[in-house]
Parts: sequence; C-alpha cells; structure tokens
Amino acid sequence: MTEKFKRGDGRAIDELRQIEAKVGVVPNADGSAMYRSGDTIAIAAVYGPKKMHPQHQQDPSRGQLRCDYNMLSFSVSERIKPGKNRRAMEISEITKWALEPVLILDKYPNQVIDVFIDIIQADAGTRCAGINAASLALAHAGVPMKDMVSSIAVGKLDKTLVVDLTKEEEDFEEGEGPTDIPISMTHSGKITHMQLDGKISAEQLKDAVDLAKGACAKIYEIQKKALKDAVDFEGGK
Amino acid sequence: MDKVMTTPEPTGERIKKYLREGKRFDGRSLLDFRKITIEKNISKKSEGSVKVKIGKTEMVVGVKLDVSAPYADSPNKGNLMVTAEMLPLSSQRFEAGPPKFDAIELGRVTDRGIRESKFINLEKLCIKEGEKVWTVFVDIYSINDDGNLMDAATIGAVAALKIAKMPKYDEESGKVVYGELSENNIPLTESFPIAVSVHKIGESLIVDPTRQEEDLSECRVTLTNNKGEISSLQKSESKELDVEEMKNIFEISEEASKKILKKIEDNLK
Amino acid sequence: MERKVVIPGEVIVEGEDYLPGENTEKRDGKVVSLRYGLAEEQNNLVKVIALSGVYAPRRGNVVVGKIENITQNGWIVDIGCAESAFLSINEVPRYVNKDAMEEVFKIDDMVIAKIWSIGKRGIDLSIKSRGLGKISEGIIFKINPNTVPRVIGKEGSMIKIIKEGTGCNIDIAQNGFVVIEGENIGIEIFAKKVVDFITEKPFISGLTEKVTKFIEENKK
Repeated sequence: MTEKFKRGDGRAIDELRQIEAKVGVVPNADGSAMYRSGDTIAIAAVYGPKKMHPQHQQDPSRGQLRCDYNMLSFSVSERIKPGKNRRAMEISEITKWALEPVLILDKYPNQVIDVFIDIIQADAGTRCAGINAASLALAHAGVPMKDMVSSIAVGKLDKTLVVDLTKEEEDFEEGEGPTDIPISMTHSGKITHMQLDGKISAEQLKDAVDLAKGACAKIYEIQKKALKDAVDFEGGK
Repeated sequence: MDKVMTTPEPTGERIKKYLREGKRFDGRSLLDFRKITIEKNISKKSEGSVKVKIGKTEMVVGVKLDVSAPYADSPNKGNLMVTAEMLPLSSQRFEAGPPKFDAIELGRVTDRGIRESKFINLEKLCIKEGEKVWTVFVDIYSINDDGNLMDAATIGAVAALKIAKMPKYDEESGKVVYGELSENNIPLTESFPIAVSVHKIGESLIVDPTRQEEDLSECRVTLTNNKGEISSLQKSESKELDVEEMKNIFEISEEASKKILKKIEDNLK
Repeated sequence: MERKVVIPGEVIVEGEDYLPGENTEKRDGKVVSLRYGLAEEQNNLVKVIALSGVYAPRRGNVVVGKIENITQNGWIVDIGCAESAFLSINEVPRYVNKDAMEEVFKIDDMVIAKIWSIGKRGIDLSIKSRGLGKISEGIIFKINPNTVPRVIGKEGSMIKIIKEGTGCNIDIAQNGFVVIEGENIGIEIFAKKVVDFITEKPFISGLTEKVTKFIEENKK
C-alpha cells in the first residue's frame, strides 16, 4: 500500500465520498432516513414492531426483522424492469443479516419490524448505503438496539486498497482489476456483514478489514450527528 | 394484511359537516390544492427526473429511453410506457409484492392522460421506420402518501418529461450510449396534460384530498385536461353520480387544472 | 449530568456510581444507551426517554381504539399496537343483550377504555370507570405516543392550558390518540393546532410559555 495510486476523482485511498444523512424523510413511517454517498442515494423506512402476517411466520419467542431492498428503475443507466430480481432478493437478506445482530427483539414475540430500502440513484455501494440508511431509520423508529451499524465498500483496484468505490472504480480494468468488498460493522467493531468479489490474498484482506473499520467509524459519526440534529431544543440544552 | 386504522367515524362526520359549510380542516377551500413543489434532477442516471410534493404527499418520477423495434401497427412511431408503483416504504397501507389494483390504475390513468393529449410527439421518436424507434419509459414511485397520489403522478410525469434530455445514440451499433445525454429534449408538442381528481365526500365535491379526507371519498373522477380539452377520464369506485353532479365535476376539474398549470410552470422555470 | 440526545450504543456516562435505568445497560463500568432518546440522570440513576417508537401497552393506561370485531362475549379492539385488545361484556357498566351486541358497540365504533390487565392471552380493556365508553363526538387524531407526557404536562398543567385557552374538552390517551370536543368545529381544529404545535417540537425550552403565547396569538 506504499505506492501512490491516483483515484479517478482525486480522493485519498481512505477518503469517503461526500456524505449526507438525514432522518425523518418519510413522515408516514415509524422511522426513516436518507443516506447519500457521492451519487448513491438510499432511503429507508421502518414500520413496526407490529403483528407478523402471515401468522404461520410468527415466532413466539422473539420479534423478527424483515428487509426489502429495491432499486428504482431509473436509478441506473440501463433501466431495471420493475419487480423483484435475484440480486435484490439476496441484498434484502444480506441487509437483514447485517442489522439483526444489534436489535433487541425479545420483547416483541410474534411481531415483525419491516424495513424498506429504496435506491433513488446508484453509483456503486448501494447495499452499503441501504444498510447505513436502514440502521439510521431503525434507531429513528425507536427500536431497541445495542449499537449502530455502519457499512462501507472497500475495493482493491489492481493492487491498491481504497474505500467507498464509485461505479467507475468498480469497472476498473487495469492490472489485477477490481475487487469489491462490502463490509458492515457495529460501532464497537463487530463485523455483521462481509462479501467479496474478485481476487485478493488473505493477508491483504486483513488490511481491507482494518480500512473498513476506519471508514465505518467516520460513517458512524455522520449517522450520530443526523440523529442528534433531528431533536430541536432551540438552544435550550 | 396489516390492519390500518382509517379516519375514525366521529372525525369523518366532522370533516363532512365542515365541508358542507365550505371549509376544510387545513384551512383550504374545497377547490384549493395544497402547496405544490417540484424538485428537478433528483436522480442523475435517468434522462430526466423530479420529486413532486403536494403538501406531505411525495412522489418521484424518472424518465428512461431505450431503442427497440416499433409495434407492427405503428411502424413510424416511438413507444410510451408509464408504470406506477406504490412503494411499501411510503405507507403502512401498501404491501410488498406484485402490484395491486390501485397501483395499476394509477399507472394506466396517468399513461392515458399523457398519451391521449399527444404530449409526446411519438412520430419524432422514430429512428428508422419499421425497424428502430425510441421507447420512453416513465416510472412513478410514491415516497409518502398523504392523499391524491393520482394527480401528483401526472404532474410528476409531465414535469420529468419536460426536463428530460435524449440520450446519445450510436447509429452504427444501433445502441443507446447510456450515461451520455444529448442537448435535445424529448420531442414534445404544445400539449400540457394535467390530471385533477374530484372526490365526492358526503354531498360535497373536493379536489386534492389529504389521506384523512381520501378515506371518506365515495367516488373519484379523474379528468386529464389539456389546455381546455379533456384527454382522459376515469370514474372510480362504485358510488353513483347524478348527471348534473358529473357535469359540475367537469367544471371543477377544469378550473383547478388551470390554476395548477400556472403553479407547475412556475416550478419548472 | 446534563440532559442530552443519545443514540443506540452510545456511552452516556462512565463511573461505578451510576446505575442503568430504563433503556440503558451497564457495560464495563459505563452506562450505555439502548435506544435513541433523551438521556437523563437523577440520583445517579441514568435513563433514556424514548423520542419515538410504537405504543407499548401498560396496565392502567387509558387508550382509544376502534372496534375491529364482535365475538360471543365481547369486542376486539384495535388500539394501535401489535396486539389486539379485548373488551368483555362484563367490563361494560350496563346489561348487554348478547343478541344485540352492536347496540353497545358496532364495528368501526371508537371507544376510550382502560387497560385493566395484560397477560399471556392478550390485553383486556374495561370501560367501567367514569369518562370511559363510546366516543361519538369530536375530532380524533393520532400523535406520536412518546409525546403524550409533554402534551399532558407536569400534573396535567399543559393540558389545562390548552383546555382553558380553547374552551375544548380534551382527552389524551396513552396510545397517542387525542379526542377534542368543543362548541364548534373551528375551535376544535384550533385546539388540534395547539396540540400539533407541542408534538412538533416537544423538547424546546420554555414550552409552556411558548404554548400560552401560541394560543394568544392565534386565537380569533
């Protein structure tokens, strides 16, 4: 990681894109949030805890989390046909795995918390943006949680590790090409989600995890600020 | 299905009583719209996109274009495809899964208003007669439902089409060069279709209901008005209407559409 | 410790002297929040007041609900939480003819009731006390149930201001339903606006003065 690597948009290898986060974007929902990283925009809304339907899916010992990830048809260059595809179904489940470990659901038997994530605009890292928005929306909905979850895509471009890939970087073709490593972590440093596509040594993958940890810490601060800013004291702290 | 609490009966009775006095809970008159705002280019990968808000109701609309073979019965015309989705994100009332009737109707009524008003010049979307034409996709999504998604959908669709740019097209390969937009707008005509739904609540007729009011609607008539000409109409729900009442609805819808036209034009400046 | 907004997992205070209260837990000598809310400390007990979240039913709560269904010996009531509640004919302060249950409550009727028991079988309601029963008049609307204590105020001080300022009778149910009844619809809507004013910014400083001012400025 010593050689100088020039990123297309001039960012440092551990530099995130410009991030914006806001809660309360869907007034109808029990909790909601928008998370933007560069040109990737995700919104998430939480409904519940509420009674699980259909009844046969109820768990009498604890509440359940249900996640639904969806890309709007025009969020990418080539229009996506409406309706569920396999990729969206997998990411929905991955999102659930990423978030469930921090939720305290034992007080909600036979109930479900629905999280709906919609990608408004996509420039890579949509599952991570979705997880970041969902984590915010769950907190905003007042769901009991042990911790927050933050998510980042680490990438290996040729031989260099970078964070928060753009679509252009995902399509990088020089040298060893691109490796995409989305990772989600709790603030206390536990990994709740990790995937990888590409080619990387176990040794370098360890570095990738460390890089993700640093990036998630920065994202956590932005999430924290978004939640804190949503309460108006009018200077009456 | 999730149980959802609709407007409670005593509240409903008061809304109806107030309407009979010509008043609404939020201070509007029966034929007033809430504040309309249009935010442009909210999704850069599309050829044109807007976020439209009517009060707390919010929808996003995106336009995409693609090249394909024309339909056999219109070899020299481009195609238009309008779809609407009521995202479960936007209301506890909308379920995940295949589109329900309400969303299908929303897309179809919006499609007809735009199509029949000849808003898009489909002849100009022909690349090579009988072989290649443009298809314009207009996709509409609800973000927050506080009533009147129907009218918001057409406003959003028209606004998105107005600001959309044609993508670049590589004649040699016959393919669209995505990510690169030309300077050219989508070929539109002088038309300006605007949908205004009139709702019958008790004995009163109103436009732009909030969710609370829409719960009480017994009948909705949606008219798409194109500068004084009606290009589509849909009467929804089983409730019957008197002939005079229906005629009154035509007038109310036209009056309201004139006012909205101005608001949309201001928003798009 | 000063009152502050905290997020899940955030350390509120460190130190062995502090005890974890509602919505918090102790981790390695630190009191950590388990919920998004306002952290407060009193006599070393640290708790987090939730700002959001669906209504959690408690015994003794007064709630407003909608009749969902009629059974052999009572009514199923939707009180806006995951569990439906049950109002037995035995908890109605009058004789109920089992063949004419809808004379007392029909489907979609609104009722104000008290939760007298929460058990494995579900939530049981009663309308035997004064002021409970069918709601046939008034504007009924829902607010964030977490703001109910702010609308009621300390020992009912805030609700008293609204009642006196508007002349309306107002019931605030713990599940977030507000019932307003006044001389005319206009004044009821005004009272609703005052409630909305509070629920929009429930934690601003000097809320009582601001509400009084709001009433004075907006009263016709």
